[in-house]
Amino acid sequence: MTAGTQQGRPVAAAPAIELKGISKSFGPVQANKDISIRVMPGTIHGIIGENGAGKSTLMSILFGFYKADAGEIFINGQKTAIPDSQSAIRAGIGMVFQHFKLVQNFTVLENVILGAEDGAFLRPSLAKARGILKQLAEEYELNVDPDARIDELSVGHQQRVEILKALYRQADILILDEPTGVLTPAEADHLFRILENLRAEGKTIILITHKLREIMHITDTVSVMRRGEMTSTVKTSDTNPEDLAERMVGRKVLLRVDKAPARPGKTILEVDNLKVVDSDGVERLKGISLNVKAGEILGIAGVSGNGQSQLLQVLGGIQHGTGTIRINGQEIDLTGQHSDGQSRRARGIAHVPEDRQHEGLIMEFTAWENTILGYHHDPAYQANRLLMNNAAIKDETRGKIERFDVRPPDPNLAAKNFSGGNQQKIVLAREIERDPDLLLVGQPTRGVDIGAIEFIHQQLIALRDAGKAILLVSVELEEILGLSDRIAVMFDGRIMGERLPENTDEKELGLLMAGVSGEAA
Amino acid sequence: MEVMPKWADVVLIPLFSLLIAFALSALVIIGIGEDPIAAVKMMVSGAVGSTYGWGYTLYYATNFIFTGLAVAVAFHARMFNIGGEGQAALGGLGVALVCLSVDWPHWAIALPVAVAGAAVFGALWAALPAYLQAKRGSHIVITTIMFNFIGAALLNYLLVNVMRPAGSMDPATGKFPPGTFLPTLHDILATIGIPFSKAAPANVSFLIAVAACVLVWLLIWRTRLGYAIRAYGHSESAAVYAGISPTRIIMIAMLISGALAGMMAINNVMGEAERLVLNSVEGAGFIGIAVALMGRSHPFGVFLAAILFGFLYQGGAELALFTDIPRELIVVIQALVILFTGALDNMVRMPLEKLFLALRKRDA
Repeated sequence: MTAGTQQGRPVAAAPAIELKGISKSFGPVQANKDISIRVMPGTIHGIIGENGAGKSTLMSILFGFYKADAGEIFINGQKTAIPDSQSAIRAGIGMVFQHFKLVQNFTVLENVILGAEDGAFLRPSLAKARGILKQLAEEYELNVDPDARIDELSVGHQQRVEILKALYRQADILILDEPTGVLTPAEADHLFRILENLRAEGKTIILITHKLREIMHITDTVSVMRRGEMTSTVKTSDTNPEDLAERMVGRKVLLRVDKAPARPGKTILEVDNLKVVDSDGVERLKGISLNVKAGEILGIAGVSGNGQSQLLQVLGGIQHGTGTIRINGQEIDLTGQHSDGQSRRARGIAHVPEDRQHEGLIMEFTAWENTILGYHHDPAYQANRLLMNNAAIKDETRGKIERFDVRPPDPNLAAKNFSGGNQQKIVLAREIERDPDLLLVGQPTRGVDIGAIEFIHQQLIALRDAGKAILLVSVELEEILGLSDRIAVMFDGRIMGERLPENTDEKELGLLMAGVSGEAA
Repeated sequence: MEVMPKWADVVLIPLFSLLIAFALSALVIIGIGEDPIAAVKMMVSGAVGSTYGWGYTLYYATNFIFTGLAVAVAFHARMFNIGGEGQAALGGLGVALVCLSVDWPHWAIALPVAVAGAAVFGALWAALPAYLQAKRGSHIVITTIMFNFIGAALLNYLLVNVMRPAGSMDPATGKFPPGTFLPTLHDILATIGIPFSKAAPANVSFLIAVAACVLVWLLIWRTRLGYAIRAYGHSESAAVYAGISPTRIIMIAMLISGALAGMMAINNVMGEAERLVLNSVEGAGFIGIAVALMGRSHPFGVFLAAILFGFLYQGGAELALFTDIPRELIVVIQALVILFTGALDNMVRMPLEKLFLALRKRDA
């Protein structure tokens, strides 16, 4: 198991994985350009890069999902062809995907043996797996109840099942794709302990992430990818977050959000005892009360799926709810026939939704068509009583594109052909330039490259300084801490507590996010 | 970045699909021992070689424009309305009621009312499936196709038991009054001195169909409603975010769709038969699906595809009349065209996209 000696040679001679000159293109897009990398056994190797830098493509090639156009793969010093994922597993490679590939209504044990059964009858395989799982749990702190059904497990535990699946298939090399995206800080810490245990046992780990902090925290070496190329590989101890960010983006980046203290004015939004029951009859908001003042940003922290989405949707008129919501002191209708996005916009609420690809934009529509989504009834966009004034809309879009630095600056290009960051700029331009009293923002920088993150954060701060109220929902704690003037933490449909960013830290927020009430602490 | 330029998408793909369908049809014709070249000549001369041929081609095309537009409008709202057949049949009922109710003094007065009657009845026949989809989630494909059968049965009952003139053995209404007879293309073109076949059934409805194309284009791409319909059609969640009500869009889009299908009746019922007979639609509702698919749901595309299918119908009829190619084989040829232009779109698209990628790479 330990990669001690390969054919009697010392460790350093045979990297666990060596890629030489890997290239892959999808049509006109070159996703990977002549990539070479060596990962030594018994190390944790980070791969970092912006969205679309080619990280996932590279790992998909290594796991046999894609075939490289050129290049060679060496596993433990031996040239290996990986035409499919079965070959990758045979070569000792295990992959933990960002979106788990588990059968929800199977038990842990059944999921672990799925596809690796020893014979036609399940009982012997299940018994064998039970023994191995017990042993793995002790060795690596990978405790999961083998008889629990997947849908009963927390996200952190589900991820452990994915790791167990790989280890059960005797993986020596483990690839993790953005593993902490869905975890609380505490769960992420536990994951890192597991990874350290695995490293100590001589396993090789590749960690794909865009979070600089994790790279600094746990990796031994780190490779940076930019636009399909591997731009550099450095020892983690020789670098720092600013340096890595610069290597990723290709220019100096401001990681800290630069902002003056807030000057809160009158209360814009008041929410009192807001409840939402979803279509399955599950109560997703269990009595939320909060307020946001003019000129301040209220950040809602929490692990995704704890009711933040429902909060935004009720405020944005997408879902119905009960309780009271007041805007500028006036109550708004939450359940009536006219409780929709139009009525909210009429009351001065603008909404940058969490899911820009399914809500914020219509991907097949052009940029100019998207800049009026939700505001298409505005008389300013009408040429006469019947027809819309497309030329005027296009003109306005050109201005928005210029002010928000959308690239490429083409109003006729379909939304799907812009990068994530530029798509988000289109949404922001649309919502911010309506001059709303309250801006709802969900995950403003999800899937957005670092350069655009900086710009988007500046826009939000500028809007705050212009005296607008902003309700920010984000699963990125760093973003919440950097932007918010006050922070409310949500867990299981409730607000666990409110903190000021200067008086709290990720540890305390992490406890609140995990449902540990902060009031006692 | 788009893989293919737009012109390739809208022109090349239907063209290649058509060529493949024709090639296969030629093989079929060779298979039964006939000469495909002669068959093509016969079809072309029969369908567009004379004003008589044109008159029939355009007559069929008029039907297909209406039903094609009907399917296209529903497509924009991501509704698959395959109930054009029933909606057009009910449109016929509307036309018949209008034409038989009053002794119309002049066709120009009768026509707008008949158009309205056809549209209202067609829309009503689409309204119930639309309501069931919008409020109850019953799938529009299932309900609209069921309503085709209900519509046929309803008309059967009405024509046999209610609307049949006393003493007539024929399950059809009586002849419409002369004040409702629409001018044919012969009559219209004669006013500007162009000779056109007197016997062909193409009539003023063709011009209304062309106007409908323009109006649908304006509706879909130039109005708020069209914007909302397209928004809903591409992404329901984004539409809801924007405050567009799915219920409202489903209802409106289906009503417009049903009205367009119903309007076909002014061509075949009012313009040609001049009475309402059983099974007056003769499958044009289903051809509309192929027309909309081939026309990429764009009114201009629908117009061209409808002309093509009109050509196939008229040319096919000539073939059946003057050669030993049996009538059934003509249906096979039409079906091949529908299969390739409608259902097997990706078969042509994929290699073509690869070709364009290769070309672009070489340029780069």
